[in-house]
Amino acid sequence: MWLFKSDEETDENYGKRPDQRTIEEKIKNSVIIVDKHSGPTSHEITDWVKKIFKVSKTGHSGTLERN
Amino acid sequence: MVTGILPIALENATKAMSVLMGLDKEYVGVMHLHKDFNENLLKDAVLNFIGKIKQIPPVKSAVRRVERERIIYFFDIVEKEGKDVLFKVGCEAGTYVRKLCHDIGQFLKIGAHLTELRRTKVGNFLEEDSHGLIEVKDAYDFWKDDGDSSKLKKILIPVEHAIPHVKRIFVKDSAIEPVCNGSPLYIGGITRIQEGIENEEVVSVFSLKEELVAFGNSKMNSREMFDAKKGVAVKTDRVFMKKGIYPRWNEELPPPSTT
Repeated sequence: MWLFKSDEETDENYGKRPDQRTIEEKIKNSVIIVDKHSGPTSHEITDWVKKIFKVSKTGHSGTLERN
Repeated sequence: MVTGILPIALENATKAMSVLMGLDKEYVGVMHLHKDFNENLLKDAVLNFIGKIKQIPPVKSAVRRVERERIIYFFDIVEKEGKDVLFKVGCEAGTYVRKLCHDIGQFLKIGAHLTELRRTKVGNFLEEDSHGLIEVKDAYDFWKDDGDSSKLKKILIPVEHAIPHVKRIFVKDSAIEPVCNGSPLYIGGITRIQEGIENEEVVSVFSLKEELVAFGNSKMNSREMFDAKKGVAVKTDRVFMKKGIYPRWNEELPPPSTT
């Protein structure tokens, strides 16, 4: 599976493991999986999610409308 | 109206959109045949639509209407009731299932169209992993108003966990800041390489803390990266990590000893 090129350790003073992020950090660096019901468009749902989380932008991976 | 699972990236995670778009999809749908057709013959006929197919995007589509190739992994007929056929399909990103049903109808010379469609899988994400909007709002309020983040934690998937289809290269702490500034990833900065990377493939650069640093295009295959002593391994394309998280080590600030 992996080709090990060099053995290195990481300095704990810098960076942060994804599972150690605060909730605020998680919100800004995460993906959520929404169950889209009929009615609103993918775009509208994506916009609502943006409002719920009060983030500056959201994006969806592949609209359900044009299929 | 199509329903089902829709991955939504928040804020910084939107930088991974182009990669998230490339995830394989699965759908359950109903195809309406314009004339009844023998079920066994139908099952035989759809075998022609498995594997590489050619598809012209429909008129109402976001992309240029030129024939393009897509992979259909499977097309299973679950049940047939008169002219209505319940099916399950697994396909590559960018496949138009509506068009696929139309094309199957043409092939059968009876005509067919899609009447219902639900997306059941995106990459590794299943319906079980999905949440209704009300549930999402409740989880957020539960954290914001009551300080209980347990529900919200279950909903938020770190972007690092959403992109298993992109092969990974793990790098030393000292290689991170240059990549964040748009520099290519050089061989000397690599610690381990996922096997199976081809030349000119979209790959992800990861820190040893499993943080996503950037996406880029490979300039060597996995084996060449492993064997090379120097050179460019990956040309940085889209930087995910903010600058300044890891220092830029130099003569005045040498990297800490790791021996």
